[in-house]
Amino acid sequence: MSKITSVADLKKCQDEYKAKQAAKKDKIIVNVSLATCSIASGGKTVMEAMKDEAARQGISNVEFMQSGCMTYCHSEPTVEVTLPGKEAVCFGKLDEAGARLLVQKYLKSGEQVGTVIPVNYTRVVL
Amino acid sequence: MDLKKQLRIATRNCGFIDPESIEDYFGVRGYEALANAVTQSTPTAIIDEIKKSGIRGRGGGGFPTGTKWGFAAANQSDQKYVVCNADEGDPGAFMDRAVLEGDPHSVVEAMAIGGYAIGASIGVVYIRAEYPLAIKRLKKAIDDAHAYGVLGNNLFGTNFSFDIELKYGAGAFVCGEETALIRSMEGSRGEPYTKPPFPANSGYWQKPTIVNNVETFANIPAILLKGADWFSSIGTEKSKGTKVFALAGKINNVGLIEVPMGITLQEVIFDIGGGCPDGKKFKAVQTGGPSGGALTYKDLETPIDYDNLLAKNSMMGSGGMIVMDEDTCMVDIAKFFIDFTMDETCGKCTPCRIGSKRLYEILDKITLGQGKIEDVDKLKVLAAAIKDTALCGLGQTMPNPVLSTINTFADEFAAHVVDKKCPAGVCSNLLEIVILPEKCVGCTLCARICPVNCISGKTKEVHTIDQAVCIKCGACIDKCKFAAIVKQ
Repeated sequence: MSKITSVADLKKCQDEYKAKQAAKKDKIIVNVSLATCSIASGGKTVMEAMKDEAARQGISNVEFMQSGCMTYCHSEPTVEVTLPGKEAVCFGKLDEAGARLLVQKYLKSGEQVGTVIPVNYTRVVL
Repeated sequence: MDLKKQLRIATRNCGFIDPESIEDYFGVRGYEALANAVTQSTPTAIIDEIKKSGIRGRGGGGFPTGTKWGFAAANQSDQKYVVCNADEGDPGAFMDRAVLEGDPHSVVEAMAIGGYAIGASIGVVYIRAEYPLAIKRLKKAIDDAHAYGVLGNNLFGTNFSFDIELKYGAGAFVCGEETALIRSMEGSRGEPYTKPPFPANSGYWQKPTIVNNVETFANIPAILLKGADWFSSIGTEKSKGTKVFALAGKINNVGLIEVPMGITLQEVIFDIGGGCPDGKKFKAVQTGGPSGGALTYKDLETPIDYDNLLAKNSMMGSGGMIVMDEDTCMVDIAKFFIDFTMDETCGKCTPCRIGSKRLYEILDKITLGQGKIEDVDKLKVLAAAIKDTALCGLGQTMPNPVLSTINTFADEFAAHVVDKKCPAGVCSNLLEIVILPEKCVGCTLCARICPVNCISGKTKEVHTIDQAVCIKCGACIDKCKFAAIVKQ
């Protein structure tokens, strides 16, 4: 990584990131909320279970990421899944079995299972 | 449920980006506000923009951030400091942790912007040691920012340099007060001192210092990139932008919410929060933690902003919202919060140290059924005296939970001291345990479990409790298979 010494360098970093994101557009993105509270309610177990189940099911075009608080304490652990070309859908109240079912159903065939949390905010995108 | 009542500015990236990846933060125009500031703007212009946005401190007091920065910038000094107050201590509040764990770079970037604006080269984050994950992610953010050169010397090819270090708080509530925080950072006891001098004139190591809350900082990059006019178009006349609240207690959708200032309590509790669980009636919500007061079902139409909350003997605070339903006793709640401040008072000034103890004793007496009418007046007089004479913000706001509950729930206090009843059924000394004749089948189970043998009755006949002997342990209630024994 090269040091950023000008505004142009920063723009380059932003473009690199955008290119990386564009390359992922045919992939399934699984975003697991892993803040202190999400971890306490079993977020890491859910992440491991989904990774394991995806491998078992032979789903290879999937990328896992962690993020911070998704703000839904009432439904932790929460996972946001983005299927290629579709809006992200947030699933809550997962446990190991629920996580595996999510991979078998939603990741595999787009069938929604379990608790779906409706989007209840407008996000300011800079 | 209305789905789009929330507007996420401070928490714009929480849950969307990987907090441990600086590349992810670059992807959401990260460090662009800082880059623009140091290469194309002047400190005065930055401060003017922040002033114009109307943003006020999100830690509780609500002091205009731009004005604070202006004071510090106007002072000449060889060294100045930017301090981030991440000593989140209100019961039920976790907004700052969420931001630090979900989007640490936004705070790092904003601190550097603050440094450029006031002419400081050092930033310090005072974070409580009980937030290990937030500390880990913040440290990684600072290290990565160094590696990329967006922190350190000669940022973006200019002669502006900025660095950030961490200081750990040991979990003392009073250290969230800015003067106590500064003392603690210097290695002394976390005790407040009298203002003036304000930290903006003489703070950390007697140098001009700005102390801002995590959430305040998280707003700064958004304000600079989207403009002060955009920010000030959100909210009410005197409270701009959004506020993050932590909804906790007796509410269905427990969680973090970010809403525009001026939203009504009705919208927060019912439209977003989903009301109280089990169909119970909403009674009140404590805002501002132990420094705030209760808003009640009568205040549902009140727009939430700094000034409206102050007018109701409460305060914005850092954003904890503890929701209470009909089963909550307000005298007991007031006692709970005074118990908290009694534990957390630093003991430096008499009104806070001894006043909290006396308030607690009177409230305890009332909940035990030994209160008199005069005690309620005593509480009011004492509370007013503490408000007027305590040294720091903690002491001055400590009586708020008592005053606001006396004002809004006078009938409940009266019930405790005059009728010796607790309407919510919480204060066990004021309750009677009785057997409902229509439900009792005379199985004798309760009589056999009673530790003081105060239940009598023949087999297959209705039993009765001798109230003079009953110690209200509730063992019979748990044992009864017919729900025939209740507290009244």
